[in-house]
Parts: sequence; structure tokens; C-alpha cells
Amino acid sequence: MYKITFKKRLNEQVVQMEILAPLVAKKAQPGQFIILRVNEEGERIPLTIAGYDREKGTVQVIFQIVGKTTLSLSQKEEGEFISDFAGPLGKPSEIEGVQKAIVVGGGLGTAIAYPYAKALHDNGAEVDMIAGFKTKDLVILEDEMKRACTRLHIMTDDGSYGGSGMVTVRLKELLEEDKEKNSYDLVVAIGPLIMMKFCALTTKEYGVKTVVSLNPIMIDGTGMCGGCRVTVGGETKFACVDGPEFDAHQVDFDEAIRRSAFYKEQETKAYEAHKCRLEEMR
Amino acid sequence: MANMSKTKLPIPEQDPLVRNSNFDEVALGYTEEMAVEEAERCLNCKNKPCEAGCPVNVKIPEFITLIKENDFEGAYKKIKETNSLPAVCGRVCPQETQCEALCVRTKNGESVGIGRLERFAADWYMKNVDEKAEKPTPNGHKVAVIGSGPAGLTCAGDLVQLGYDVTIFEAFHKSGGVLVYGIPEFRLPKAIVQAEIDKLLELGVKLETNVLGGKVITVDELFEQGYEAIFLGTGAGLPMFMNIPGENYNGVYSANEFLTRINLMKAYRGDYDTPIGVFKNVAVVGGGNVAMDSARCAKRLGAENVYIVYRRSEVEMPARLEEVHHAKEEGIIFKILCNPVEILADDRGYVDGIRCIEMELGEPDDSGRRRPVPKEGSEFELEVDCVVMAIGTSPNPIMKDNTPGLEVNRRGCIVADESTGQTSLEGVYAGGDAVTGAATVILAMGAGKDAAKAMDEYIRSKK
Ligand SMILES: Cc1cc2nc3c(=O)[nH]c(=O)nc-3n(C[C@H](O)[C@H](O)[C@H](O)COP(=O)(O)OP(=O)(O)OC[C@H]3O[C@@H](n4cnc5c(N)ncnc54)[C@H](O)[C@@H]3O)c2cc1C
Ligand code: FES
Repeated sequence: MYKITFKKRLNEQVVQMEILAPLVAKKAQPGQFIILRVNEEGERIPLTIAGYDREKGTVQVIFQIVGKTTLSLSQKEEGEFISDFAGPLGKPSEIEGVQKAIVVGGGLGTAIAYPYAKALHDNGAEVDMIAGFKTKDLVILEDEMKRACTRLHIMTDDGSYGGSGMVTVRLKELLEEDKEKNSYDLVVAIGPLIMMKFCALTTKEYGVKTVVSLNPIMIDGTGMCGGCRVTVGGETKFACVDGPEFDAHQVDFDEAIRRSAFYKEQETKAYEAHKCRLEEMR
Repeated sequence: MANMSKTKLPIPEQDPLVRNSNFDEVALGYTEEMAVEEAERCLNCKNKPCEAGCPVNVKIPEFITLIKENDFEGAYKKIKETNSLPAVCGRVCPQETQCEALCVRTKNGESVGIGRLERFAADWYMKNVDEKAEKPTPNGHKVAVIGSGPAGLTCAGDLVQLGYDVTIFEAFHKSGGVLVYGIPEFRLPKAIVQAEIDKLLELGVKLETNVLGGKVITVDELFEQGYEAIFLGTGAGLPMFMNIPGENYNGVYSANEFLTRINLMKAYRGDYDTPIGVFKNVAVVGGGNVAMDSARCAKRLGAENVYIVYRRSEVEMPARLEEVHHAKEEGIIFKILCNPVEILADDRGYVDGIRCIEMELGEPDDSGRRRPVPKEGSEFELEVDCVVMAIGTSPNPIMKDNTPGLEVNRRGCIVADESTGQTSLEGVYAGGDAVTGAATVILAMGAGKDAAKAMDEYIRSKK
């Protein structure tokens, strides 16, 4: 059993939690993830490590309530326990030698992109962070992000806060301005698959190395099921052990989008059923 | 006077057409009377050919004699002297190629039902005797076991008996290895595995789940923490695919994923959250126990047509005979001498068929089995919405990648001494599928046992 030591709602849909897991905290590095189960009957779900405190032995995760598992996790309170918390899994981000980077986060992806930006920034890199949200009310982690980068560019789809439009709009502008100097040596894009796909297409034109963090369907996270397979550069890779970060220009996004939709129908049903039951109980 | 019946006394089973839609155990086991009757078929041969076929040398005629004498508890204890998981082995060992193959009675009829008798004795004991395990006196030495499959559990069991302070580290949230995530409930009830694990915990073995050895904790760190010897029983969990077109379409699973969702994550039960697709027609590729288990699970989940697609003929199938037989009874359709060449999908990327080619047997290959060769122009399609790849597994490289100096062979198997399990690193031992590649429960247990003995000798020699 693993204790929840801290919980905060970042917005209606997004929750931040710290879990006591000293073994995980001791080894965690940016870019890695954990797999948790809320209770005995629960599913195993992967979540990216958003932060860690080696001294306190805690690991931070940030998640969006999208299904039954994340909904029941969001209903746990500080001081309560979850059944399982395994990690760190996957390869850490490669940040050595990066001098100037753009880190793009979309929606919940900002929660995962922000520790990446922070790691780069702490390592001495100049970082532009582009954080995209649907609308002003959904903006999360603004102060944290500001501290974790050189320049923060917030974008909202409806223009209600920051710049107006998709993250790719700002991404293109930055790359265009920098075209002569060509000074960015890395772009990191983390968010919905479709956003990562378009970021990859955008940066490809400018020939800037781009990395995405994939979060496919997983069970074990140790390479034993192959459920997390993705095609990268024409080869099948297991995202949990070969990734989760991959060269964006090599990833077959259309296949990844298709595979990630596989259990949607069943999950939506389970989620709806669970919500109904909760409402009945009220 | 011995029972001279030429055939084994049949074991009561659930009706095939009932059981193919439930997950309850298929074979129900002998009653006391039946066990004694079958035991009477044993001639108690002086030279005990059967024992030589058992990788852990169970004292077969001796335990069978005790059953004849109605001393069921004695029979169990006799088996237990050399086999730490009798209830498991009685159910899943390939007896027909081991002990039973060497039984004198096979010269004129069927062998004695050794596996069935072993299972009977173990079940009888579990049901009738509730003995509290006595904690051995601690000897003050710490050892670690990574992986909790049959190899790790056996090694831990033997070491704790010798007084060691044993900690098992397991990557999954549950211990048992393939016994819990691979082999289905209807063949090996999980309560039996859990009872064995509970016994170890009672003896004082500590279990740390959710710890991926190599990544979360390394061999060197374990030594630093005072563990004096380490056993690696990490299995062969890396699934292989065929590398044919279409393998990443929605509805293609590795057997590991398919079985894990069903067995470990209980996707077949309404009270668990794990999703699994609902499929009408399923093709399972392969001819081993894993393929049979996958096919029989698919049937139980409600598929109408389930095919086994296997490239050699039935004689070459590595699955236990009983499983092939059970699968057929349950309505699994065997497409033998067939090999998939491509998986087909609709325009949304969901599997809608599998294209196969017929094969014929040519000259023997390295394995001594006749090599299957494709018959030109014999391609055909099966309409399926799910494909399960059960064509083998290899050891997971995580342990090797994070343990400098640990030698592996070109198949990724850890190199270990056959009789001691000693690896290329001092104080580090290995056994089971991690060393042999996918094999059997009993061989894994044998290796765990040998390693426990060698680890004890190693630690004592250091003093
Ligand atoms: C579906 C199926 C059916 C089978 N049927 C039969 C049968 O009928 N009869 C038979 O004799 N054999 C059968 N086998 C084979 C048999 O189950 C295996 O040979 C046996 O379980 C091997 O035991 P093991 O202890 O070496 O490994 P495993 O049982 O594979 O256990 C390894 C354990 O180590 C854990 N692990 C792996 N890496 C790490 C790590 N880095 N850190 C921590 N933990 C780790 C794994 O999670 C697992 O729990 C079957 C196998 C399968 C898959
Ligand atoms: S999650 Fe199972 S192999 Fe990656």
C-alpha cells in the first residue's frame, strides 16, 4: 500500500498528487513513468513522473480524469492509500548538451512537459515553453511553468488567455523567427497524439530534432506484454522499455492514434457506469 | 494383487460444452477410492524407471504405495521431500514425456496416472490437514530472490527452511510468475498458487511487489544492503512476434498480453476493470501450452470460432497432450501445417482476417523435428477479428542491461552453471526460464532448488 501525502486539484479535470514511494523516488529521473493501481480490482495505468523528492521519498503525478481509474484515484484523499505504485519505468529524458530548446505542452501534457522544461532549464539550457489549453479556465501550473523556463508562451484555442490558436501557431512563429540563426537544438512536444503529430510536421520543415513522449496502452510497463508497441522508423518498439520518448520524425502517429482508441468504447462504458453509481449513492 | 487395467482410471471432468464457457477448473480430481484404485496399478518396480524421468526425483513408487495404504498425509509428505509445489506440478507437468513415459505399464497399455495421484495427495492434504508451519531458527544471513515464479519461490522456500532471511522482489503487483499471469484458472486455480505462497510467507519469507529488479534496485545495491547471495528467477517474459505485415493492427495480441489481461487482471470477471475486446472469431498462432491456453480462454470469453494455427503437424506440438485433447473437446478448430503470412484489417485498422499458407514437412532441422516448408500457391484467408501470437518468449533484457558483468548467451538467456546456477558474477545465481528460455514449471523448480543448495554452500564457505 502506498500513501497519498498530498493532493491538489489544479482545475476541474486535473489533479496533482504526491505518493510516498521511497524506492521510486530514489531512482526517478525526468521522462520516466510509474504504473499504479488504485485498488485490487483496478486497472494498471501508466502516469508520467511529474516530480520527486528523494528526501521525503515522495513522487508527484498529475493526471486528468478521463476514465474510471483516474476518477477513482481522484476520489482518494490525503492520508489514504492506493494498492500499487511501481517504477521508475522507461528511459529517462536525454537532456545533456542541449543549449536552447522549445518545450511544447498541450492540455494535460503541460504537466508532463513542465518537468522536462525544468530539467533542461536547471541544466543551463535556454527554454521557450509553449503551453496550450482549450480555454482560460483550464490553464494549470502557470507559476510553476514560469519558473521552469526562460520564456513562457501560453496559448488558448479560443484566445481567452495568452496567444490565440493552437500550440503549433506559436511553435511555427518561434522557428520562423529563428530561421536564420537556427539556434534551437531540440523541440520537445508532449500532449495529445494529434498535437504531437502536428508539432512533428511543423518542426520537420525546419529540420530541428524533435522528441515526443508517448503514453500508449500499457499493462506491465516492463516489456512483457507488447501492448504498448509503436512503430518508429519502420520498426516495432515497446514504448515502456524503448521509450517513452522517441524521435518525433520517425513515429507512425496514425498507427498510434488508432491503437490508442482500441478500448475507448469499453472504457467509456465503465466510466459512465461508475459515474452513475456514484450519483445514485449521493 | 495389482490392478491390471490397461488404462488409467479416468479423472472426473466438467463436461466440455459446459466448461468452455466458464473459468472453473476442468479436471475435478480423484476421490479417495479412485486414488487407491489407480494406485493399485503401480507395480512398485524395484528399479523405479519413473523416478529417472522426474526432474526433481519425486519418490514415485513410495508415495503411490502410501496412497495404496490409505496414508494420504504420508503420501503428500513423501512427495514434498523433493517437490515443493505438488498441487501445481500434479496439474501442469508434462508427465507424458517425463515420469509416465518411463512407466513399465506403458509396455502394455497406459502408464500409471502419476500426475493425477500427485495432485490427489496434494489436494487431499490441503483440504484435510491444517498444519501451522514452524518458523526455522534464523541463521543471521540475508539473501535476495528476484522474480517470484516457480524458480524463485522454490529457491526462497528452500533457503528459508535453512534459516536464511529471504526477501523476494517481484516486478508485478502479485507473485507467482507464469503460474498467476499465464496459466489460466481453469487449469490451475489461483487459490492453490496463493496457498503455496502464503505458506512461504508464514515461514518468514518477505515479499516486495512492484519492484523491478535492475531498474529499481540493482544487484550491487542489494549486496550493499547486506544480502549475501542473490537468485535471479526472472523468467522469459519477452513476447516474440512474427514480423509479418499487419501485426500492429487493433486486435492483435501477444499471448502474454491476452493471458495477463484475463488471468492476472481478471478481465473475464465483471467486478474487475480490465478491458479485453469482445471477439467473434479468433486465430491463435502456435502449438504450445501457451497457444492452447490462449485459445481456450478466447472460447470461454464467448468467441464462436477459435482456430489454432500451427506450422508443423500435431505430433510436433509441444503442448501437453491433455491440453490438446481438452482444447479439441471444447471445440477449438485445429489448422495444422499452416503458417500466417499477413494479418488483414478493415479501413479503421481493426483486424478482419488472417492470410495463411499451407505447409508440408521436409527434412529434420536442428531441433530434430521435420522442418515445415510452404506449399506454393496454397494461400487462404480465415475471417477473424482477433489474432493472438503464441510463438514463444525470450528472457527480458532489463536485468542484463542493468547488471554489468552478467553474462548472457546469444538468445539473451543468463549463462549459469547447470548444477549450481552460478552466473558469471560471484554470489549471483540464476535458474528457470531466465536461463533455459521458455521451458517448464518443474525444470524451473529444479533449478531453484539446486541454486538454493549452492547459495547455502557459498555463504557457509565464506565464513
Ligand atoms: C500460458 C503458459 C502456459 C504454460 N503451461 C505450462 C504447463 O502446462 N506445464 C509446464 O510445466 N510449464 C508450463 N508453462 C511454462 C512455465 O510456466 C514456465 O516454464 C515457468 O513458469 C518458469 O518459471 P520461472 O520461475 O523461471 O519464471 P516465471 O514463472 O516467468 O517467473 C518470473 C517472475 O519474475 C518476475 N520478473 C521478471 N523480471 C523481473 C525483474 N527484473 N525484477 C523483478 N521481478 C521480475 C516476473 O514478473 C515473474 O513473476 C507455461 C507457460 C505459459 C506462459
Ligand atoms: S506495457 Fe507491456 S510491454 Fe510495454
